[in-house]
Amino acid sequence: MAKIIGGLTTSHIPAIGNAIATNKQDDPYWKSFFEGYPPVQEWLNRHKPDVAVVIYNDHGLNFFLDKMPTFAIGAAHEYHNADEGWGLPTLAPYQGDAPLSWHIIEQMVNDEFDITSCQEILVDHGFTVPMQLFWPDRGGDMPRVIPVSANTVQHPIPTIKRCLDFGKSLGRAIRSWPEDVKVVVLGTGGLSHQLDGKRAGHINKEFDLMCMEKIVTDPEELTRISRHELIRQAGSQGSEFIMWMMMRGALSEKVRKIHQNYSIPISNTGAGTMILENLD
Amino acid sequence: MEDSKDRMDHHADIEGTTIFDGKMAMKGYALNKMCFSFNDAAAREEYRADPEAYFDKFNLNEEQKEACRKKNVLDMIAAGGNVYYLAKFAGIYGLNMQDIGAQQTGMSLEEFREKLKKAGE
Ligand SMILES: [Fe+2]
Repeated sequence: MAKIIGGLTTSHIPAIGNAIATNKQDDPYWKSFFEGYPPVQEWLNRHKPDVAVVIYNDHGLNFFLDKMPTFAIGAAHEYHNADEGWGLPTLAPYQGDAPLSWHIIEQMVNDEFDITSCQEILVDHGFTVPMQLFWPDRGGDMPRVIPVSANTVQHPIPTIKRCLDFGKSLGRAIRSWPEDVKVVVLGTGGLSHQLDGKRAGHINKEFDLMCMEKIVTDPEELTRISRHELIRQAGSQGSEFIMWMMMRGALSEKVRKIHQNYSIPISNTGAGTMILENLD
Repeated sequence: MEDSKDRMDHHADIEGTTIFDGKMAMKGYALNKMCFSFNDAAAREEYRADPEAYFDKFNLNEEQKEACRKKNVLDMIAAGGNVYYLAKFAGIYGLNMQDIGAQQTGMSLEEFREKLKKAGE
C-alpha cells in the first residue's frame, strides 16, 4: 500500500526562481534563506519518495477568472511550465503519475470533495519553485508529481477548515492506493505578505511563527481563524497559508518536526520551510 | 467557526486592502483579461506597438485605460485589477513587486525595503 512519509512546506515566490537562475544562493541577502534547504534535500535523499503531491495556487498562468476551480487536481502524464509574462526561461516538464491522480480524484469525489480534474495544466512558479528548492539537480531521484491547485486569487476562497478537511480526504485517498509507493506532500506559498493596495509590504512575523508552531501541534485550532482574520493578519496573499493546511491534513494526527527555517523578509514575504515526518 | 460578517461581505474593512471578490472580478474582467493575455510574448509585442489599440481590443473602460496609461497600480486596483494579473502588466515596464509596493505606499524603493526589513526584526 502507498505510504505518506511526511510533509514539506516552503514559500514559492518568483524572486526565488530568479535567484536560482542567476546563482545568487550565496549572496548575503539570500544566504539565510537557501541555508534552510540542504536539510530538506538530505531528508529527501534518505527517504527517496516515489511521488510528490504538490499543493500550490495558480497565479494566472493556467487559470483565468473565466473559470476558477476552488480545488483542481492534475491527471496528466506530464506537466509543462510556460512563460508567466516575464519572459523567463521555461523549465523542463515534470513527469506525472496519472493512474494515482485518477485514484485520488475518484476517492475524493466519493468522499464528497468535488474536484476539477485536469488532463492538461500548465504549472507556474507556485509549483516549480518548490521543486527547484527541494530537487535542485533534478536527478533520477526526483519523484513523479501530482499538482493540486487551490484558488487563492478570487474570493470566496475555501475556508481554513475546508482546507484541512480536504487534506484529510487526500491523505485517505493516497493511503488506499494498493501500490507500494512512498509519497511526500508539499504545502507551498505564504507565509505573510501583501502585494496590493496601500497596505502593500505588510508582513507579520508573530503570526507566521504562531502558524508554524500550531500547524505541528494543533492544526485544528487554526481552523478557528476566519478568512477575513487570515487576511487581516497575514495580508492579502498570506491567504496562501491554506495550502499548508491542505498538506497538514494529509499527514498523521501527530507528526514529528524534523526541521524549520524562517527568513524575513524574502522579497515582500515571510518565508517558512519545514519538514514534518509522519508518525504512522 | 466563521463569523457571519466574514460570510456576508468580503469588502470588509481591512485598512489599505481591497478584497478581490465577485464584485471586483466583474468590474475588472476586461482589464484582468488583457493582463492575462500578456503571458504570451507576441501579445506583449502587440501591446507595446500600440497600447491604445490593445486597450480597445479588450474593451477597457476609460477608468481602466487611464490607470494603465499612468501605470498607477492603486488606480488599476480600484478599476478592478487583480494583483496577480497586474504583475504581468508591471513586468512589461520592468517593474517588480517591490517597485509596485513602493509606488502604492508612496515610498522610495529604499524606504519600502527598509519598511520590510523593520517588520522582520
Ligand atoms: Fe504565491
